[in-house]
Amino acid sequence: MVLVYIDQADQQIKKSSLEAMSYGAALAKQLGCDVAALVLGTVQDNLAELGKNGAQKVYHLKNESLNSLDVKLHSTLIAHAAKNVNATVVVFANNINGKAIAPAVSVKLEAGLVSGASSLPNTENGFVVTKTVFSGKAFASIQIETPIKVIAINQNSFGLVAYDSTATVEELNIPIPAASIKITKLEKVEGEIPLTEASLVVSGGRGLKGPENWGILLDLAKSLGAATACSRPVSDTDWRPHHEHVGQTGIQIAPNLYIAIGISGAIQHLAGVNRSKTIVVINKDPEAPFFKAADYGVIGDAFEVVPALTSAILKMKSTA
Amino acid sequence: MKILVCISKTPDTTAKIAFTEGNTKFDENGVQWIINPFDEWYALVKAIELKEKDPSAIIHLVTVGAADAEPIIRKALALGGDEAIRINSNSNDSFFVAKQIAAIAKEGSYDIIFTGKETIDYNSASIGSMLSAILDLPFVSLADQLDLNGNTATVRREIEGGEETCEVNLPVVISCQKGMAEQRIPNMRGIMAARTKPLKVLEPIEASATTSIKKFDTPVAKSGVKLVDPANMDELVRLLKEEAKVI
Repeated sequence: MVLVYIDQADQQIKKSSLEAMSYGAALAKQLGCDVAALVLGTVQDNLAELGKNGAQKVYHLKNESLNSLDVKLHSTLIAHAAKNVNATVVVFANNINGKAIAPAVSVKLEAGLVSGASSLPNTENGFVVTKTVFSGKAFASIQIETPIKVIAINQNSFGLVAYDSTATVEELNIPIPAASIKITKLEKVEGEIPLTEASLVVSGGRGLKGPENWGILLDLAKSLGAATACSRPVSDTDWRPHHEHVGQTGIQIAPNLYIAIGISGAIQHLAGVNRSKTIVVINKDPEAPFFKAADYGVIGDAFEVVPALTSAILKMKSTA
Repeated sequence: MKILVCISKTPDTTAKIAFTEGNTKFDENGVQWIINPFDEWYALVKAIELKEKDPSAIIHLVTVGAADAEPIIRKALALGGDEAIRINSNSNDSFFVAKQIAAIAKEGSYDIIFTGKETIDYNSASIGSMLSAILDLPFVSLADQLDLNGNTATVRREIEGGEETCEVNLPVVISCQKGMAEQRIPNMRGIMAARTKPLKVLEPIEASATTSIKKFDTPVAKSGVKLVDPANMDELVRLLKEEAKVI
């Protein structure tokens, strides 16, 4: 059986987990086995609806104490459930939680791990999974040598697949060990779309000259419903918060659309965004290296181009 | 208090990524090696900051690598740390590496084990989590703040869409990212001192690899940028909607 771990934020199932579900369903079809979802904690979503993303069955361990990440606790329970249902492959979304839990689960199941997988495995001769390495500058094909496998699939690399079915939900009864950490404070960034979950991202660099000029970028992001990001120099000088820094030493993202404004495109920045499906570069310097990695380029003054782009998007949306 | 900092050797962030031997091996030709930035800037410097507050603290560094990892571990010692351990093996398998470090960790009974949030070459972010499972310890990932109060660590970590602060009892494994500490440059005194700090070389313990790399590929280059007139943003919107189909 393929078991897909479905995780949540604020009791809502994450989009990246639905994608992992679709991946798991396709993998189960390839292997000719069953596929089930595993949900820990209390979620507001209707779990039977996971069938629409490919789940045949949903195992649910309903307990409020599991709503926030405790790697020791979560990995113990997931490994326990995986053994109970004889899972041969356990799939995670390679998001913040999945990245933290999957390696511990792989140890507990004595399973080989590929995190950051970018496609379905090749099972013709063994079990070979392709993953991104060198911060997206290359791919590696990794053979998993163990009977049980753990895969964490990169966000936005497989996509959602719609199924016309409903899953059966089974409540699990596994004893829950004591928590290993105690959450004392939560600071949510209100109203923002989390960068790693966003399909559209608007990002700014030093070309915007100062934090006071971010208004045009925020307006563009709002018109698209996009998340906002920035380059390393911008976060280093505190023009924008650290969590917006994308690049080799920040976070790596792979949205459908990445719009880079006033970012020259240093190799370290590209490493964080080069898995984006479509890249738009707006820069007044025609020699900016970013143009070489872009699908669409606009050579012009950001202070004129960006508001014009925002107007054009609003116009398109009002006539659509 | 005893702190173990895991150090990895990675190619410089500007290194050209190429492969040899039929795309089965990373081409090391002309590559500059550095300490993995997350290990150096955040994990190691945070350990040094803790020792500055509590001079009785002992910092050990550990790396799994062949002899060519020695300049890296010496550079780490030049920043700080009391002694280093190199496990003489060149494995790419996270589980094998975690097993090696766990054996050292068990022997040293450390209060805190620091790793960087991930390495910039294999990006697996797996060693910290694996160590915690092998050692049966709590694990806090993506930490960007840490305060110690006796046997309790207060750690702030990144979660999807925000930050969360938690309390955890030592011993603990923590992966560090931006915000945890301020990057430092080794000074001459540190470099001189590092020459005489103990650097133990140990042979790896028996552990089987769970994965192996079959081949590498480089991404297909973009076909070329399509330039749009800055005075015609309606055209860019049309392209994004009709051609790229992303909005």
